[in-house]
Amino acid sequence: MTPPRTAIGTQMVLPPYAEWLGCSIEWVEEVPELVMPFGDHVMGWPGLLQGGAIAGLLEVAGIAALTHRLSLEGTARIKPVTVTTDYLRTGRDHPTRAVGTILRLGQRIANVEATAWQEDRDRPIATARLNYRILRD
Amino acid sequence: MGFDIERFTAMGGFGGHGRHLGMQYRTHGDDWAELALPYGARLIGDPASGVIASGPIVAMMDMATSLSVWLKRGAFEAHVTVDLRVDYLRPAVPERTVIGRGECYRITHSIAFVRGIAHDGDPDDPVAHVAGTFMRLNAGVEA
Repeated sequence: MTPPRTAIGTQMVLPPYAEWLGCSIEWVEEVPELVMPFGDHVMGWPGLLQGGAIAGLLEVAGIAALTHRLSLEGTARIKPVTVTTDYLRTGRDHPTRAVGTILRLGQRIANVEATAWQEDRDRPIATARLNYRILRD
Repeated sequence: MGFDIERFTAMGGFGGHGRHLGMQYRTHGDDWAELALPYGARLIGDPASGVIASGPIVAMMDMATSLSVWLKRGAFEAHVTVDLRVDYLRPAVPERTVIGRGECYRITHSIAFVRGIAHDGDPDDPVAHVAGTFMRLNAGVEA
């Protein structure tokens, strides 16, 4: 997925899929933190978050972190190579928050980790490792 | 008796998320299931190219592989995804329906091992490859 090119500071524009999930960005100490409300559109079993929606949120958080970092360095496009999601706890009918952490940003590959939690940040519901190909202009 | 996949998917088995995504049942075998995800503008992850985000593909593959576990076990059983890895082989072509085929290739007392592919018309030219595991919830402490 190519990041929105207008990702400068707080002007980051989320793609239609992120909007559809209901994601919004809150800037916490200059880091984009994603917030996804609970609703029927992200529900799997009654009252529980669907794993795919959690993976989707983690992906958006990873891309937001990477896009933000890349926007400080010039223009570049990104393409996902692999995404591995670990499901740690059940996601319930609460808002879910997620942030991405860049483990390494190289010339060609970026390794990103994303974490999602609900009421307690120290009790994450899922983590993902996301590896992206970087295509620098 | 077995697991009635047609009935399960027709009776809301996809959950709210699957229904809102537009997920559809296609076909199945003894240990595999095939679903479809029609293209939709709301699923776009890259506005410049119109390519859909990977989240919807993960959601479909999670469901297709879950169904394959229940088909292999011969019954629905509550389980949770332990992990799911997706390799993105190429972007899905905009406007095309994405097909997801999940297979359960090994089942133990407590863990089901699954794999699958997603393609947009040609199974020999997939857009994604997935591998994952599920844990059976009622397998007992020593499982």
